[in-house]
Amino acid sequence: MDVNIKINDVELGVPSGYTVLEAAHLAKINIPSLCHMKLKDMNVTNHVASCRVCMVEVEGKRNLAPACSTVVSEGMVIRTNTDRAMKARRTSVELLLSDHPSDCLVCAKNQKCDLQKIAADLGIRGQLHYQGEKSKYPKDLSSKSIIRDPEKCILCRRCETMCNEVQTCGILSAVDRGFKTVVKPTFGLPLAETMCTFCGQCVAVCPTGALTEANNVNEVWDAIHNPNKYVVVQTAPAVRVALGEEFGLEAGSNVTGKMVTALRNLGFKKVFDTDFAADLTIVEEASEFVHRLQQGGKLPMLTSCCPAWINFLEYQFPDLLDNPSTCKSPHEMLGAVIKTYYAHKMNIAPEQIVVVSVMPCVAKKYEASRSELSQNQVQNVDYVLTTRELAIMINETGMDFSGLDDGEFDSPLGESTGVALIFGATGGVMEAALRTAYEWLTGDVLENLEMTELRGFKGIREASIPINGEEVKIAIANGLGNARKLLEDIRKGKSDYALIEVMACPGGCIGGAGQPYHHGDSEIIKKRAQALYREDREMVKRKSHKNEDVLKLYHDFLGEFYGEKAHELLHTHYTNKRKTEY
Amino acid sequence: MDRINSVAQLKAIQAKPDSNQIIIRVGMGTCGIAAGAKEALDVMVEEAKRLKINNITFVKTGCIGMCFAEPTVEVAIPGQKAVLYGNVDQDKAREIINRHLTKGELLDDILEIKNQYRIALRNCGVIDPENINDYIARDGYQALGKVIQELTPEQVIETVKLSGLRGRGGGGFPTGIKWQSTHNSPSDIKYIICNADEGDPGAFMDRSVLEGDPHSVLEAMAIAGYAIGAHTGYIYIRAEYPLAIARLEVALSQARECGLLGNNILGSSFSFDISLRYGAGAFVCGEETSLINSIQGSRGEPTNKPPYPAEKGLWGKPTSVNNVETFANIPPIFLRGPEWFASIGTEKSKGTKVFALAGSVNRVGLIEVVMGTTLRQIIYDIGGGTKDNKKFKAVQTGGPSGGCITEAHLDMPIDYEHLIKIGTMMGSGGMIVMNDDDCMVNFAKFYLEFMCEESCGKCTPCRIGNKRLLEILTKVTDGQGTEKDLETLKELGHYIKDTALCGLGQTAPNPVLSTLEYFEDEYLAHVRDKKCPSHVCVNLLEYHIVEDKCIGCTACARACPSQCITGEVKGTHMIDQSKCLKCGTCFATCKFKAIVRR
Repeated sequence: MDVNIKINDVELGVPSGYTVLEAAHLAKINIPSLCHMKLKDMNVTNHVASCRVCMVEVEGKRNLAPACSTVVSEGMVIRTNTDRAMKARRTSVELLLSDHPSDCLVCAKNQKCDLQKIAADLGIRGQLHYQGEKSKYPKDLSSKSIIRDPEKCILCRRCETMCNEVQTCGILSAVDRGFKTVVKPTFGLPLAETMCTFCGQCVAVCPTGALTEANNVNEVWDAIHNPNKYVVVQTAPAVRVALGEEFGLEAGSNVTGKMVTALRNLGFKKVFDTDFAADLTIVEEASEFVHRLQQGGKLPMLTSCCPAWINFLEYQFPDLLDNPSTCKSPHEMLGAVIKTYYAHKMNIAPEQIVVVSVMPCVAKKYEASRSELSQNQVQNVDYVLTTRELAIMINETGMDFSGLDDGEFDSPLGESTGVALIFGATGGVMEAALRTAYEWLTGDVLENLEMTELRGFKGIREASIPINGEEVKIAIANGLGNARKLLEDIRKGKSDYALIEVMACPGGCIGGAGQPYHHGDSEIIKKRAQALYREDREMVKRKSHKNEDVLKLYHDFLGEFYGEKAHELLHTHYTNKRKTEY
Repeated sequence: MDRINSVAQLKAIQAKPDSNQIIIRVGMGTCGIAAGAKEALDVMVEEAKRLKINNITFVKTGCIGMCFAEPTVEVAIPGQKAVLYGNVDQDKAREIINRHLTKGELLDDILEIKNQYRIALRNCGVIDPENINDYIARDGYQALGKVIQELTPEQVIETVKLSGLRGRGGGGFPTGIKWQSTHNSPSDIKYIICNADEGDPGAFMDRSVLEGDPHSVLEAMAIAGYAIGAHTGYIYIRAEYPLAIARLEVALSQARECGLLGNNILGSSFSFDISLRYGAGAFVCGEETSLINSIQGSRGEPTNKPPYPAEKGLWGKPTSVNNVETFANIPPIFLRGPEWFASIGTEKSKGTKVFALAGSVNRVGLIEVVMGTTLRQIIYDIGGGTKDNKKFKAVQTGGPSGGCITEAHLDMPIDYEHLIKIGTMMGSGGMIVMNDDDCMVNFAKFYLEFMCEESCGKCTPCRIGNKRLLEILTKVTDGQGTEKDLETLKELGHYIKDTALCGLGQTAPNPVLSTLEYFEDEYLAHVRDKKCPSHVCVNLLEYHIVEDKCIGCTACARACPSQCITGEVKGTHMIDQSKCLKCGTCFATCKFKAIVRR
């Protein structure tokens, strides 16, 4: 039902339940806001109304009202641009700036910062009206994935919402009071000593430079320029549909070809496609699934591509360590293959090869340092760069990204199928695994490849697949809070699923913490997903077990699917890492 | 104790006073105990035993509110007017038995409660809070009985509305309307919360009620529960109130045992029980949404309203949060009728208000007066005038969120409307009297410091705005301020009031804005002349020796801890300003008024 309101003398009807901020948006009136965040399709809302930037005048109210959390009512008269409201907004921003470092030029968030943008938009120039003591806190550089710089925190509490409500990890929380209030990890510990999964959703939503990824750009440059190193790179499916945003292209633009050319220009000796490894993963994972189904192995089997999800499991559900697939994540598989099969083929010592993975993810940075993901003390992957870091490198070299010619991934580890692409979206791994497992289990050819019921952003999705006359129940969770629900059912023995896909980030890897910042616009994440599905549709090969390069790899080197060699190189194990008893 | 299964039974067990018994009431609130009430009681018990006086009943009561005269002892001999003694130390306690009781001689220091009207405090200092029979004897739980037996929830709400009772915790929101909205919110589960998180510096009326008359709060909560449709109540109380907690626990178990709480209260179908939740002493947890968050185990910080707790409160269910003093007014409203209550007070502020009178006044303590009483009556008739007859300057009301009342408003009736009109508020009822020795700038700074400490840090205006306000104020008291700073104080203060998320933040600038309005000259003296007229702000203070008054006795030089005073014996002395610590030792030492403050 519509509610009739008046904003700045414009009369309009808006759906009941709308906030003033949403209503103003309908009236094409922009009210600047900072702490507020709503990812519509992902059921994520942060409306703590703490920054007091979106203040507006509402007739009949004694005080100014925050547009983000004031719900419209019939006959409401709102003014957004009175002297009083504008001054208040400006003062809120100036006060935030008065307790904020002024190192914007060298900040990790320079030009990506919401506070910087709002200050610019409100015309705040020159000296601030209010000045005084600034908060002093050390940076937390303990983790390999996330850097905390509390001096830059504006206490919007978005990170808390992601960490506690969406991901149910409970790592970040405001502590202390008044001017000393600061968002800190559990017990004030360095992040690396907590049960942080490094999913990085806090980084993805932080409006300032208070939470950023650990930057590995310089290490990668050093490696590239080291004549004794042979530096190769691989890129995850979700990167190619997001990288363009960093160069002003429309969200959802597929820039695979330009990205490959850019990587080559940066000096990487070989540019491989993690999609190849995604196909490899599916072949292994589907084999494992078929094996478990037929041999009475542990069910439900849980996918294991997502490193934050694996951390979550090891910390919070150590009693379920037998459930996840033992398959390494795709880029780790590719790293292992590069440093064995490819190294041998090219006659290069594995120690000499540096594998750089460009990922939409910050948890992969931590994952790459796991000792179990190595062969003979050589890590499978040496460095992980985020999509954003890759853009920084491209910018640094002065390339005109959008003018680049399309390049092709290097062979022999370059071929991929359409299904590998959709790994990047929630439900993609499941769809890929089913396209292969179905054919193997039934011996039939799967005609209808697009399992639309598995797609979308709903937190938990489930389906039932008829296989050989039996209904095999599967489920997909995106967001760790949703995963928790499924895991608790497993713990209670109430789960009748055979296979569960989990991606830690809402939306899957396309919404990963290493992606260009979405600034609270979930449409961007949706467009990236659409681009992946579009691409899959256009591919000739859309089933992993039809990937010729993969088959050749088994034929030449790995031997059997899910065989001994494959186990040695492509599988891992999990350990109980619980740190806090509840 | 036996279960009471009906209102008739409740009335039947009301004890009749024994005509032969002498009753000695000893005020044993936290304050009385701290002042030595227990020792005084022990002496009296011992003396009575020694003299074989057997017809004395000693009653350990809560506090009667006379802080200036603790410990207090009331002697009630049948057939005689009760006599209230103050400052009863062990010697005096002995004399009470030896002289007053045995010889009929009256002692010194007889106190009288004058010009007060006690509704909320009606039982404080009168009954033994740990004995439910004392409460029942004074019509305790009869209001609840009447409500359950005779009234519908709607009628209960209507009665409270008719009485005109408004929230005593600060805002003055009409209690009946709060109950009505909670009653109207559809839900099968609802809650009543008693806000006993008294946090204003200097305010202790809630503690006093809980220590002196806990059952009145329990009874009122059950009435509220009946009215809104709640079966569970919580008392959110500061953990720093151990005695109040202990007495509440005793009261709760007695009430349950008697069937006045729990299932089927007084044999009816109404069930209601109460449990305690302890607060960790955060001022902001007196704000209802913070309080609710704290009960839920979350960080004690407010959430934006609406939704109000009446719609979505504790665990997302409709909740009515009322203050201790508000509850204490409820039973009398039902016993004596809403018309009676509404006949007391002013047009829009009905009943009485308890104030904690403190500062530069002779009789500090808790007082309960009719709404509309003037400040002059409070300070001079009840408070006994200013200390040492110093010149009255102002009264701070409403605690850290309030403002100042100056001499110009001494004859203004004190009620919600008038206080708001002059830029202060009722708050929980703290009243601090100030004289010429008090610097208003420094005073505003004191409260702002408190607010900055107690801010939860959630919203920008409170977290950073109040901090900046304090920094500017500190500049002023340090002598570094400019007239422009005073403008900034006003501008920033009004912005904070207009934008902060909760009541704490919105009212934090009040002391600054109010003193700026009424004592601008003091601010100007600080920034223009770099002088603190009250000689309080140390950085603006200088001690000087007046040449023709100094006789060269050397006392000041010998007392000076920084040895900055020089001079020959019998010669005029000098203070080296660069070394002076401004401790004031010389000023206090000089017997010839030769040292002056400038």
